[in-house]
Amino acid sequence: MALLKIKFTFQSRVRLAQGLWLLSWLAVIAATLTFSMGVFLKAELHKRSEVMDNTEIHAVPNTLIVVGLASLGINFFAGRICQDALDTTRFPRWKSFLQPYFILSLFFTLLMLVAVIMSYAMKGNLEESLKIGLKNGIRFYKDTDIPGRCFQKETIDRLQMDFRCCGNNNYKDWFEVQWISNRFLDFTSKEVKDRIKSNVDGRYLIDGVPFSCCNPESPRPCIQHQLTNNSAHYNYEYQTEELNLFNRGCREALVSYYMGIMNSIGAGVLSVFILQMSVLVSVRYLQTATEALVGQENTEIETEGYLLEKEVKETIKEKMDTILKFLPINQVDAAAGQGSAEVGEKPATPAS
Amino acid sequence: MMCAVCKCRVTQELSATGPVFVVLLSGLPHKNKAALRQSENPSAKLLKCTSRKEFFFPTSDAPLADYSCTAFVIRSPPAADRNEMAVLKVTFTKTKRDKLAQVLWILNWVSVVTGMILLSLGLFLKVEIQQRRELMSDREVHSVPNMLIAVGLIACGINFLGGKICYDCVDTAKFLRWKLLMLPYIICTFFFTFLLLVGALMCYCMRNELEESLFVGLRDAMRYYKDTDTPGRCFLKRTVDMLQIQFQCCGNDGFQDWFYVQWIGNRYLDMSSAEVTDRLRSNVEGKYLMDSVPFSCCNPSSPRPCIQQQVTNNPAHFNYDYQEEELNLWMRGCRQALLEYYTHIMQSIGLTVLIIWLFELSVLTGVRYLQTAMENVLRQGDPDSESDGWLLENSFAETARYNFNIIKNLGKCYQVDDDPNIDVPSTAQHESDKVPPKQIPVPS
Repeated sequence: MALLKIKFTFQSRVRLAQGLWLLSWLAVIAATLTFSMGVFLKAELHKRSEVMDNTEIHAVPNTLIVVGLASLGINFFAGRICQDALDTTRFPRWKSFLQPYFILSLFFTLLMLVAVIMSYAMKGNLEESLKIGLKNGIRFYKDTDIPGRCFQKETIDRLQMDFRCCGNNNYKDWFEVQWISNRFLDFTSKEVKDRIKSNVDGRYLIDGVPFSCCNPESPRPCIQHQLTNNSAHYNYEYQTEELNLFNRGCREALVSYYMGIMNSIGAGVLSVFILQMSVLVSVRYLQTATEALVGQENTEIETEGYLLEKEVKETIKEKMDTILKFLPINQVDAAAGQGSAEVGEKPATPAS
Repeated sequence: MMCAVCKCRVTQELSATGPVFVVLLSGLPHKNKAALRQSENPSAKLLKCTSRKEFFFPTSDAPLADYSCTAFVIRSPPAADRNEMAVLKVTFTKTKRDKLAQVLWILNWVSVVTGMILLSLGLFLKVEIQQRRELMSDREVHSVPNMLIAVGLIACGINFLGGKICYDCVDTAKFLRWKLLMLPYIICTFFFTFLLLVGALMCYCMRNELEESLFVGLRDAMRYYKDTDTPGRCFLKRTVDMLQIQFQCCGNDGFQDWFYVQWIGNRYLDMSSAEVTDRLRSNVEGKYLMDSVPFSCCNPSSPRPCIQQQVTNNPAHFNYDYQEEELNLWMRGCRQALLEYYTHIMQSIGLTVLIIWLFELSVLTGVRYLQTAMENVLRQGDPDSESDGWLLENSFAETARYNFNIIKNLGKCYQVDDDPNIDVPSTAQHESDKVPPKQIPVPS
């Protein structure tokens, strides 16, 4: 009782081999595309790695790179197999190779599917990572003299200008951190001393934002200091002013940017997955159809091709038995079985 | 030498005016091409090879294409410049000719691709200039990309035609189709290469025009920076801000340019405040000038939060000296930044055009050799024989003189002229009296 049996005439075998050859080359191109998409995603994530707390999200591009390389190998061999399949003298040398080939190919193709699912599922992970990374970035904005953090200011400024965003959730995040370093504060001035005394941690907090939050689309020259003080600026009301600063938070901007990339990549990889599965199924059919020819004199007869020789449950049981045979549990049973056989024989012998 | 049809032998004979060569049109190499050319003129004088012992001239109704063995008497030119007259002569066997034709076919197609490259370079430059048209005053800057586009299109067309011609040159029968077109084609391509050279030179010379245009354009853009409510100028602020952020520059020559323009709109100035009215009164034109710059001049690499207000006022900021502060604002002027950017693009484009010009010139040389070799093969009649190819048939001086004569005589109808290369007797009788030629020995 084979699984999904199909009869193949000689003509349809030939056509299957030709179609498979073409398909395998298409799949090689698709695998290269997958690899390059993985590299691109990794480069993009690496560019902004300073505002990410951890690199767990890098699992997606890493998987894609591995799968792309493996697919190249799989499809290359698929092409070679189908070239040899029509020649019964050359086909038998693939015999021992095909079983591990199928297992490996199935594994990597399923890994492709896993990568697609990951790219959608890891959004929360990315968001968390960005939340912490941006919070630290904003906190260490002023530490341009501390080694290891001296480029945080430039990173955050360029990020806000490139992605047209301000702060973590919105521009008010800047009100809660001191983003002007103490080196540039005049501690003899009364205003500075008042501000520092006004909060528990002794930080110089202002209702101002860095210049990188300014929106060039605003018709008005940028207002970055005393944002919530309407009377400090002529004809200004911060509740209705929308174009002055960027309204979006940088976390939201970055998440939507990366999810956009990963969604398009996911759609592409899904189609590559379907292509790869069809290649594998065709190779399997070609293999089983050609194997039936081995030993026959007339190579133009009709043969049957199938996916699995027996039903799914039987195949699994068989495989499990083979695997269990190699385990020590069975050896103990065999020894015990031998012992019980001897015991069984002893009472028999005196009788005879 | 023997005529293949009438089997009469023709030899060299001497006459009073110099050695006379009798030339056969089929099989044997000709010695004087100028005379041959005249023979293609239907009114030239021709001799038919006969068994008679004397030469005489046929009637003018003998059609040109009718003869297979025809000889005509020519005066040999002075021996000195007989063989060395052609410029850069090269001998071609049949295989060499075929290979030349094939190579030229491929090169012509490569030239079509280079023509398309030229076209795309022109389009790219046009788009780049168009993108920043608000910052350039309306001047002749568009002439360079337009010329590149035109030249690219013409190159594609010319080389496509050249490819077709070279493809047909392998077969002498097909070559006849193109024979008349080839010389005008070569002349056109030669002038076109001049156009390419002009295009390349224009790329390098555009810089000055561009600088003028940018100076005026940026000055106006900064002046209208504040006019975000005036239709037609409302996006100038955004353009200037994005420019300064993207090109990392500030102002026209430097950030001080912002001190001399009012870049805050009057709508945002509190006219009742004393400070504002003071500033307005402090200058003749009533402009609100300050020593501040827009936020887009700020340099993100600065270790200090950006100081854009009261830039030259040292005590206004703690621990600040504007003469020593280099990282606070962008130091470069936007005119210089844009000029460097466009100059870099145009230098690369100019270099590419020069390389394409050299390539086109070499293809043209190959086509000229192929044309002359094919024409000589046709004149000899045997498609498999060796033939000569050259750049110019006579020396430069001769060719120039010849062409001048043609242009001079363009208006006149064809007359019997005193060209010494054609033997023009008044009557046949006179000819036999004046110049007794040696007998042509007829094999009996």
